[in-house]
Amino acid sequence: MLFGPAFRRFGLIRDQIHFLGNYSLAIIAVSGLFVGFVFGLQGYYTLQRYGSSEALGLLVTLTLVRELGPVVTALLFAGRAGTSLTAEIGLMKAGEQISVMEMMAVDPVQRVLAPRFWAGVIVMPLLAAVFSATGIIGGWVVGVLMIGVDAGSFWSQIQGGVDVWQDVGNGLIKSVVFGFTVTFVALLQGFEAQATPEGVSKATTRTVVMASLAVLGLDFILTAMMFSL
Amino acid sequence: MQRSKIDVWVGLFVLLGVAAVLFLALQAANLLNLNFQPTYQLDARFTDVGGLKPKAAVRSAGVLVGRVEAIRFDDKTFQARVTMSMDSQFAFPKDSSLKILTSGLLGEQYLGLEPGADEKNLVAGDTISSTQSAVVLENLIGQFLYNSASSGGGSQAGKDKK
Repeated sequence: MLFGPAFRRFGLIRDQIHFLGNYSLAIIAVSGLFVGFVFGLQGYYTLQRYGSSEALGLLVTLTLVRELGPVVTALLFAGRAGTSLTAEIGLMKAGEQISVMEMMAVDPVQRVLAPRFWAGVIVMPLLAAVFSATGIIGGWVVGVLMIGVDAGSFWSQIQGGVDVWQDVGNGLIKSVVFGFTVTFVALLQGFEAQATPEGVSKATTRTVVMASLAVLGLDFILTAMMFSL
Repeated sequence: MQRSKIDVWVGLFVLLGVAAVLFLALQAANLLNLNFQPTYQLDARFTDVGGLKPKAAVRSAGVLVGRVEAIRFDDKTFQARVTMSMDSQFAFPKDSSLKILTSGLLGEQYLGLEPGADEKNLVAGDTISSTQSAVVLENLIGQFLYNSASSGGGSQAGKDKK
């Protein structure tokens, strides 16, 4: 129901990628940069106590790629894109557009929900990667350019300690799972919303609360499964 | 007009995302330097591997020449059996020796390979027998206490008797 027909009309998915992805890019990139800045400062402060400030790059990269990239991106995505999905679909329902579609024998699940869902799933890992990459650049700016950690050991520590599959791959898997979760919650809340102004407002709130909690809870389970060695 | 504009923006967005993934894979995880070069396997026996882990580096003169593949316990000799995959472009004499070293004060442990003088080289499947175990801090302290007890502790014991 969700698979085949949705991809046959890829134009719909593409429009939603534009709506969910391009408009979320600014908030994701800027947040990533500042999270990287803060990590550079705080990490350096802690690491220089143990005389190992060269490990700053590794600290920043591992935290971002494994945890903060997928999780913070999912939380921001729930706030930025999830709410607008819920409100849009809730208002479509309130304006009886969904009922009209059903009357015209157009399946609203295929026409409205499926493209948004798949767009969310596609967009999330890309946004998480952008977040992690800008975060690492932020950590580099603070650590190497401002504080003066040696650039060579900054990068070589990163390259020695980060594994492609174990760290980057698992981070991407996480972000795909979070993309599923957030988009699914947002669409479900919109579709199940009461067709009144209060109903839509409650549904939007519930989207943020439920998606955030689900992401944080799932993150614990995924981390325990992936990095339990 | 509107359609093609969205196409371009979506394309740019996807390109940016893929570029970020590539940045993480290449610059951070160093995918390019992953060894796709041919390797050969060597074995070595250690009485104590300490904190050595699989994937640890094997260095000779400080240069990466291989990686630790697996560490198993051999219940016939009661020793640790370390399997390494060495870069095929480097060959080492048969009487080369291995020791477990630590990078930095608290850094991770790696294997240091010191080339010997034999004319024959190690080939795949060979076992390096001259190895030096990891320095375990507790043993070191124990040895130190034992030494100081046997040298300076005698008079102390004599005093206690009085």
